[in-house]
Amino acid sequence: MPQLRKLFSGSLDVLIPLIALALALIIGAAVLVILGANPFEAYFSLVRGAFGSTYSLTQILVKATPLLLVGLGIVIAFRGGVINIGGEGQIIVGALAATAVALYAPLPGLILLPLALLGGVIGGAVWGGIPGVLKARLGVNEILSTVMMNQIAFQLSNFLLRGPMIDPEEIARGTRIAQSAELPREVWLVRLVPSTLLHGGAILAVIMAILVYIFLWRTIIGYRIRAVGFNPDASRYAGMRVPVYQALALILGGAFAGLAGAVEVLGVQHRMLEGLSSGYGFSGIVAALFGKLHPLGLIPASVLFGSLLVGADSMQRAVQVPSAFIDALLGLVVLFVVSSDLWVKRRSQKRLSGS
Amino acid sequence: MSELFTLPVLLGIVYSGIRLATPYLYAAIGEMFAQRSGVFNLGVEGIMLMGAYSGFFVAMTTGNLWLGLLAAALTGLLMGLMMSFISVTLQAEQGISGIGLHLFGLGLSSLLFKKTMSSVQSISGFQPIKIPVLGDLPYLGEMFFNHNLLVYVAFLIVPIALWVLNYTTLGLKIRAVGQKPEAADSLGVGVAATRYLTVSFGGMMAGIAGASLSIALINLFQENMTNGMGFIAVALVYFGGWNPIGVLAGALLFSFVNALQLWIQVKGINIPSDFAVMMPYVLTIVALAFAVRRARNPAALGKPYERGEN
Repeated sequence: MPQLRKLFSGSLDVLIPLIALALALIIGAAVLVILGANPFEAYFSLVRGAFGSTYSLTQILVKATPLLLVGLGIVIAFRGGVINIGGEGQIIVGALAATAVALYAPLPGLILLPLALLGGVIGGAVWGGIPGVLKARLGVNEILSTVMMNQIAFQLSNFLLRGPMIDPEEIARGTRIAQSAELPREVWLVRLVPSTLLHGGAILAVIMAILVYIFLWRTIIGYRIRAVGFNPDASRYAGMRVPVYQALALILGGAFAGLAGAVEVLGVQHRMLEGLSSGYGFSGIVAALFGKLHPLGLIPASVLFGSLLVGADSMQRAVQVPSAFIDALLGLVVLFVVSSDLWVKRRSQKRLSGS
Repeated sequence: MSELFTLPVLLGIVYSGIRLATPYLYAAIGEMFAQRSGVFNLGVEGIMLMGAYSGFFVAMTTGNLWLGLLAAALTGLLMGLMMSFISVTLQAEQGISGIGLHLFGLGLSSLLFKKTMSSVQSISGFQPIKIPVLGDLPYLGEMFFNHNLLVYVAFLIVPIALWVLNYTTLGLKIRAVGQKPEAADSLGVGVAATRYLTVSFGGMMAGIAGASLSIALINLFQENMTNGMGFIAVALVYFGGWNPIGVLAGALLFSFVNALQLWIQVKGINIPSDFAVMMPYVLTIVALAFAVRRARNPAALGKPYERGEN
């Protein structure tokens, strides 16, 4: 999909995503009015829910962490000219792998934690790699295969959490909730602020964003991934093996989503449970677009969407607007951001002909 | 395993296989027209959900299934128009626009469901119509000629689609626009108009596909009830090599695998149900891997067209 490049060539205008968000909020307000809710009240409770307390502020960063990690994977894939919609599945498989390592590997905590993280990375990389290899070798459309991989991951997780990986206590108590046993304390990521959920994964994510920036702009492989995404024909002509770099972009995309899953398990939940991915695979796409498909732009974008997610929860409680409302808003944001493209292009053409 | 191969079970599998093909057929035939004209609409899943919701809600509140069907078709048409505007007029990247449309449909249908119904309710949907004479045939009647109206129509659409695509001027225009838009444009075929038509039609069909679930097959609405069917429908278009017969074959293959896995679960055969549910998705990937080599996609698929640029 060579038109992908239109999304990051041209201006680096940060205004466009913000205008897109504003438009989505306005349409959202209209929807709220139709549904008989007061939009001012709803948005007020959203903002207060997100920024009203120290706890909610830390909660924003807790939600921004997986968004940032998944988003990095999406950025790498998009930069390589492939679309990764498999974030959800990759998060789940990464989380399952990290949990399995942490629970079943008979190793001391000091080694176990990095190994569990690595397990998540590998799990996600495999889940992203299957569509990647299928694309490179057989030309299978990666959009469709990553979507299918999501569904397969859901079922795999259902199977493991109800069968082989279920918490023995759940069986003993007869409640049979589909979740794994609690992980040993040695592998929990360090808490940054006491009695909140904010954990060391947040710092790891920011470091990763910087590393991805260096990788894409300062290394040969990163340069080639971007070249292949920017102009596959020219890259092929220059002797680059386009399918190899596309597959690599999908593998790396999966690896970061897998890491997000591992961090969520090791930092927040301390066990694997159903619904752990909670839509991050999709909202990560929105954050990536919002951050102009730039690893550093993704940092503020993740915080913004993290606060939207935190606010949505309290909006649901305060004014009974279901948090599905935010999903619909995210969809609109995506539509507005991709639609703004033509406008950007027209404006730059005008500038060229004017000078 | 021998339990699976008794006559009533086989009849049951064929019967539900035919039934379950319905939503795939509506959605995939509609999407096929959009793709033949060059537009990749990945938002089918979201449109199906909105169609399922609006069809169910209108049918439930008015008590009239036909009004429900109409509402679903109009909702789908509207979302198809949205996608046309974004992908044709604004020339946006289609894969990502489709994800946006999907998220929008998913979120809005859940939101409306929670606000207007609050709990899962069911209605009495379209009833089976036994076709005279044919319906009385032994075995065959039971399997093929005792379905509800939406099932029959889904299968009727296949030959109609084949005829429109291959033997009418409109079909020729659609194919030309999807293959070589600049050539079509130079001969006076409206590229934008043709694409608006096919994508809106595709949206309408996706809306009907959703309604076929909520008011004819399952007869209830719940959040995210399509569970990936819309995405499979898009994959079926690839699998079917962009022609109606291929799409029909793909839809039947999928619905039969689905029917089979449902029976496996019912019969309590010793395969974890999660793996049974996984089967159609695994099959989609395998099918795509084998389908790509033989089929050629419309040359302009996924590429926005702008006059004088190409």
